[in-house]
Amino acid sequence: MKIWHILAREILHRWLSFTLGTFAVIVAVGSLTGAVTLLKLHDLQTQKILNEKEEETEKKMAVLKDEMRKATLKLKFNLLILPKQQNIRDLHMKGYPSEYMPEEYVTRLANSGIIVVRHFLPSLQQRIKWPEKNRTITLVGARGEVPNLHKDPRKPLVQPVPLGTIVLGYGLHQSLGLEVGDKVKLLGKEFTVHKCYEERGSKDDFTAWIHLSQAQELLDKEGLINAILALECICQGAEGLLEKVREEIRQILPGTQVIEMGTKAIARAEARAKVGQEAKASVERERRHRTQMRSEREFFAAVLVPLVMVACAVWVGLLAFNNVRDRKAEIGIQRAIGFRARQIMFLFLSKFFIMGLLGAFLGIFAGLGLGRWLGLVLEDDMEGIATAGELFIPGLFLLALIIAPVLTVISGWLPTMVAIRQDPADVLREE
Amino acid sequence: MVEFKNVTKIYDGPEGKVAALDKVSLSVQPGEFLAVCGPSGCGKTTLLLTAGGLLRPSDGQMSLDGQDPYVLSPEMRSRLRARMIGFVFQQFHLIPYLTVWQNILAPSLAFPTKEADQRAQELVSRFGLDERAGHVPAQISTGQRQRTALARALLNKPKIILADEPTGNLDEGNANTVLGYLSQYVAEGGCVLLVTHDVRTATHATRSLQMSRGKLVE
Repeated sequence: MKIWHILAREILHRWLSFTLGTFAVIVAVGSLTGAVTLLKLHDLQTQKILNEKEEETEKKMAVLKDEMRKATLKLKFNLLILPKQQNIRDLHMKGYPSEYMPEEYVTRLANSGIIVVRHFLPSLQQRIKWPEKNRTITLVGARGEVPNLHKDPRKPLVQPVPLGTIVLGYGLHQSLGLEVGDKVKLLGKEFTVHKCYEERGSKDDFTAWIHLSQAQELLDKEGLINAILALECICQGAEGLLEKVREEIRQILPGTQVIEMGTKAIARAEARAKVGQEAKASVERERRHRTQMRSEREFFAAVLVPLVMVACAVWVGLLAFNNVRDRKAEIGIQRAIGFRARQIMFLFLSKFFIMGLLGAFLGIFAGLGLGRWLGLVLEDDMEGIATAGELFIPGLFLLALIIAPVLTVISGWLPTMVAIRQDPADVLREE
Repeated sequence: MVEFKNVTKIYDGPEGKVAALDKVSLSVQPGEFLAVCGPSGCGKTTLLLTAGGLLRPSDGQMSLDGQDPYVLSPEMRSRLRARMIGFVFQQFHLIPYLTVWQNILAPSLAFPTKEADQRAQELVSRFGLDERAGHVPAQISTGQRQRTALARALLNKPKIILADEPTGNLDEGNANTVLGYLSQYVAEGGCVLLVTHDVRTATHATRSLQMSRGKLVE
């Protein structure tokens, strides 16, 4: 017979006491594992919520960006780059710039790597008399967009006016009875009507567009332009846009100035950007809310778990004291027949060790189940993230398997000491 | 084998000091069955526990096989008990969750020997416990319990058996059986120190002493 036979028989004999002790360890380990599991579930759920929100925000931002692109074109949300010497007051008075700069500027800009502008539209504008039709019009020479070579190519916002053609504003084609395909002479040169615009209610209604090179020729301004329209400037966000563009353009073309075209559009762009920011802020708010919720749960666990563990340790200690009392005569006779103190100690402490080990093993799974259940009750839509595999923490499992038996042995230490210090003569005399 | 020289044991009680043993001198040698008779509370159990190395005397000298057990460390004293002494009590003091077989073998955990199992088997057969070897104490009769306790006491072939009212809970038949086994053990060279209040039990002894208020009277 070995000493563990006595150990095993004693555990079976006092199974209720052993079960209650094991249950206490299960509760202690279970509460710890449950709390950790709940926090892990919280983290997983937080990640899921934030991912969904971020995805939603990205979608929203993509829609806003697309809307912005359209709005920028429609509402002429553009910037105008003018020669530095251009008097802005004159520009507003006359309705077109009166100073000139080299056409080469636009190429320099396109090659510069500027990041806030996607398209450049060089133009030469002048108010002229249309002698053949006896009208005063704004003549715009445009060669179509010069794409920014450092940005992803996109469909041009404005189609160029083909050579030999003319595009007419609403007021002109209506009053002159011109239609697409008609031939018309301007400053002695013949043009085919390429497009007739709908009414815009602006000076565009009395503007004619021809190819830039032909305008330069007609106006005797070879190689010169007087404005560059910078299109789709919203790409980097509306906030502080103008200053950013100005700063960048100033560095590339020191001989120019930049003015804003379409304040309303910028306001709208900013409003849209704000919606985007709001969506991002909402993600941030959710993150803060989840963090706060986690802190609260952490605090609750930090208070409750140690309390439960201490209560369980006391419970194990009381059960151990009771066990020592029940076994008083047995310990007395064991000492009388020659059992040494360390053998008695082994019988007691091994029992607590087994109790701790078994309780830790069962407690881990009980805690996992409890944490998962609580998570399902406290959180919405945990589908797919609350699998046992995801929640199982091997480190915690190992730690519980080591710490729980040690703590259980410590809880039973004092009663064990009482048992081995018991005077067998007292017991046998009493009996 | 066991020798007491003017051994005194004083307890501190609520009503002052009480001398449970008052200058007791006695000796028990191999082949001797000594019965100490006396009424309850006269100090018989104290005498037995002192002889067993479980209760340090307040004064006087006590030796077991020529050695004072109380000069030894508790661990060494446990070994000495396991090797040399067998205890038999009125209440049997069997371990309730161990079988008869395991109870008999329990002393082998304190003093392991290679032939423990064989010896246990011999004792089980000798005391007529074969059919009860797998039973726990609650499942056997009082006579069988005392025979189990006696077998346990004899497992390590002790030099002396200390018996405290071994027949106190037994009917006459079982009492005679147990006393018969003790006599047989003495006849084989062992020695027994038995304390009892029953004068009839003392008739099985080779020598008997009376005890009264902690003192021995021939």
